[in-house]
Amino acid sequence: MCLSIPSKVVEVNKDEVTAIVDTMGVKRKVGIDFIADEVEEGDYVLIHIGYAMNIIDEEDALESIKVYQEILEKMDEEQRQEVQESMVKESDNCPNGGVT
Amino acid sequence: MKTITLAQGNGGEENRQLISELFFRHLKNDILQKAEDAAVVEDGTLAMTTDSFTVSPIFFAGGDIGKLSVCGTCNDLAMMAARPCYLTLSVVLEEGFETRKLEKIVRSIKKELLENGAKVVAGDTKVVPKGSVDQIFITTTGLGEVTVPGISASNVQKGDVIVVSRDIGRHGAAIFAAREGIELESAITSDCASLWPMVEKVIETGVVPHAMRDATRGGVAAVLNEWAEASGVCIEVDEGEIPVSETVAGICELLGFEPTALANEGTFLLAVRPEEAEKVVEILRSFPGNEAAVQIGEVTDSYLQKVILRSAWGTKRFMDLPTGELLPRIC
Amino acid sequence: MSLQLKDLYDKFRDPATIKALAKLIGEEAKKLERPINVMEVCGGHTHTIMKYGLKQLLPESIEFIHGPGCPVCIMPKERIDHAYILAQQPDVILVTLGDMIKVPGSKGSLQDARSKGADVRFVYSPLDALKIAVENPDKTVIFFAIGFETTTPMTAALMDQAIERGLKNLLFHINHVTVPEVMKELIDSRDVHVDSYNNRIDAFIGPSHVSVIAGAKIYEPFPRAYHRPVVVSGFEPVDVMEGVLMLVKQFSEKRCELEVQYRRSVTYEGNLKAQAMINKYFEKRGLFKWRGLGNIPDSALKLRDEYAKFDAEKRYADILPKEEIEDHKLCICGDILRGMAKPTECQVFSTACKPSSPLGSCMVSSEGACAAYYKYGGVM
Repeated sequence: MCLSIPSKVVEVNKDEVTAIVDTMGVKRKVGIDFIADEVEEGDYVLIHIGYAMNIIDEEDALESIKVYQEILEKMDEEQRQEVQESMVKESDNCPNGGVT
Repeated sequence: MKTITLAQGNGGEENRQLISELFFRHLKNDILQKAEDAAVVEDGTLAMTTDSFTVSPIFFAGGDIGKLSVCGTCNDLAMMAARPCYLTLSVVLEEGFETRKLEKIVRSIKKELLENGAKVVAGDTKVVPKGSVDQIFITTTGLGEVTVPGISASNVQKGDVIVVSRDIGRHGAAIFAAREGIELESAITSDCASLWPMVEKVIETGVVPHAMRDATRGGVAAVLNEWAEASGVCIEVDEGEIPVSETVAGICELLGFEPTALANEGTFLLAVRPEEAEKVVEILRSFPGNEAAVQIGEVTDSYLQKVILRSAWGTKRFMDLPTGELLPRIC
Repeated sequence: MSLQLKDLYDKFRDPATIKALAKLIGEEAKKLERPINVMEVCGGHTHTIMKYGLKQLLPESIEFIHGPGCPVCIMPKERIDHAYILAQQPDVILVTLGDMIKVPGSKGSLQDARSKGADVRFVYSPLDALKIAVENPDKTVIFFAIGFETTTPMTAALMDQAIERGLKNLLFHINHVTVPEVMKELIDSRDVHVDSYNNRIDAFIGPSHVSVIAGAKIYEPFPRAYHRPVVVSGFEPVDVMEGVLMLVKQFSEKRCELEVQYRRSVTYEGNLKAQAMINKYFEKRGLFKWRGLGNIPDSALKLRDEYAKFDAEKRYADILPKEEIEDHKLCICGDILRGMAKPTECQVFSTACKPSSPLGSCMVSSEGACAAYYKYGGVM
């Protein structure tokens, strides 16, 4: 339910209670009835059926992205270790001590 | 009382049902039943096809109904490797239609015929009272000379590679963005173009595609499903490899569409032998606008008559034949 | 580092992150004492799970139960009949959002009504209904309003504009429904029609955009009174995977809480201005019937009495049928939604109930459990 798309505010018209938003190069006028007091150019908003629903919290978004980055880095490291460990094991089994 | 709905003209499930349950049932013969883009007749030497064109708006970014009416029919011929030769042109006009607009449309028709090396050899004009049609409807019928035999939707073979000629969904996205009530502003243009020059070049190099089809209504999803079914194979596609421009992606995000269900008017798919794929891609890319041509998948036997989309994280799902009328989603 | 619009898409669909989260979920799930069934309430989440094949990334001990969160699919036949009848009135233009078109009532769908000559128009935004009303002063324009908490404020905003402009020819047929009540029904109901004693729902993934408007606070009762943890999660695949991970952690750590994964857009309080707008025009409807689930108390909204003159249900009361149309007796949508039965256990599955002639909501929605089973036979 409730398709909603992150977009960037490129122009605010407070008198008309509308804004122009950009969704990956596509522009559309949307209603800002629910965020009119706070919204500014450059904000990211969620669009649902022609209205902006909220202002996306940039700090929280960046925080999530950072967490994912850390997970990936940690996993990379683990994988490297696993690979190294398996190489060590293989070399243990090798009668030539891994040297060919 | 059953009546015809718009969904029955969508190029997808309902459309196919109407054709098979009504037209095929009464009119069937072995040529019609092949359901190719164009019918191959006269011992395989000639290809013949017909198409009606209604589009709103009639002038759109990247083309107009005149250009479309030539591209559409010539492309259907080209998909059977047939060189477009002769067209008939039938025009139904709404009373009150501006002559200036009609002239503009006829000029586009002329220009596009030159692209194909084809000519209009017969025609018809009707004018109907205001409200009977939406401005202008055009029907063209085309006759072409088959250059390579055997190309068919039922000839896709296990091991074949699937190639798409450019980024997808532009026509559908451009038309939708321009619709009343949608009011999207974007730089998107339709992909509306004649495909024969590209097909000719591919064939000249000695490549014989097993199948070719332009992805009009119903989009890439409809073509792949038709092939999988007609050839009794499984087509596996890497979703991330399907080229989609950022603007088309944006329009799809906004309206809840899948790019693979959007119509194209100058984009086609080929099923070719794996050793030929690279050469085909190279040829396609040499044509302006087609720089995104790429291999998107291959033919297997894992789920016969189905199309599978593979994700970059190792999951799979079936790619459905589009159903219903294409409308913005809220959920 | 500053945030780019592209990041809001790409980072939350990143294949490596999805895989990494799948691995973490797999490890965490080993600590589970028993398998868990997670209901994603919202059709948007179901869409993400299907589209990105997320189920395939999860261990067998985590099962999804696809919830009733598609506002169109749960619409009972009698409400669709209302739309159908209204559309056929002389000088009426019926306006609704695209999703409504295909769902059949007892007389047919709205696309059938249109093909029989009714003036039915599908719009992208309720604001387009305003335009249609202005352009057609001699017609009565009826906005057939559908949607959960996410969509309700937009109907209220349309009403606000119509009143401000003094439009007399724009009426409303309100079918807005609310999420917490149906969640309660699924775990708590005791009547004969929808016995849920043995429901198998262990936890909820809370809807994304309903919560943007209504706030995470609406799920407060579930961990407390019903012992079902809730994680409000975003719609992107990374969001859903992180939401599942948070839920599994709650089980392995023996916690039962309300948490928000979708912090970039959801606050505890939600959008107060939008809530105020909803309250200005709407109030609770005593009972609303959900397709496949029966009557659920307080699960829908209606126009407040002071706006009765805009209410199409009141204006056309003499021609709109009041009788309930019973769901098919053999339809077991309710049990499927509670995880108590699989679609194939239903006697009418793929016989009397098909996507082209659906009986319950699970077959109406292309993302419903029954529709998915019908299409794919349970493969993938």
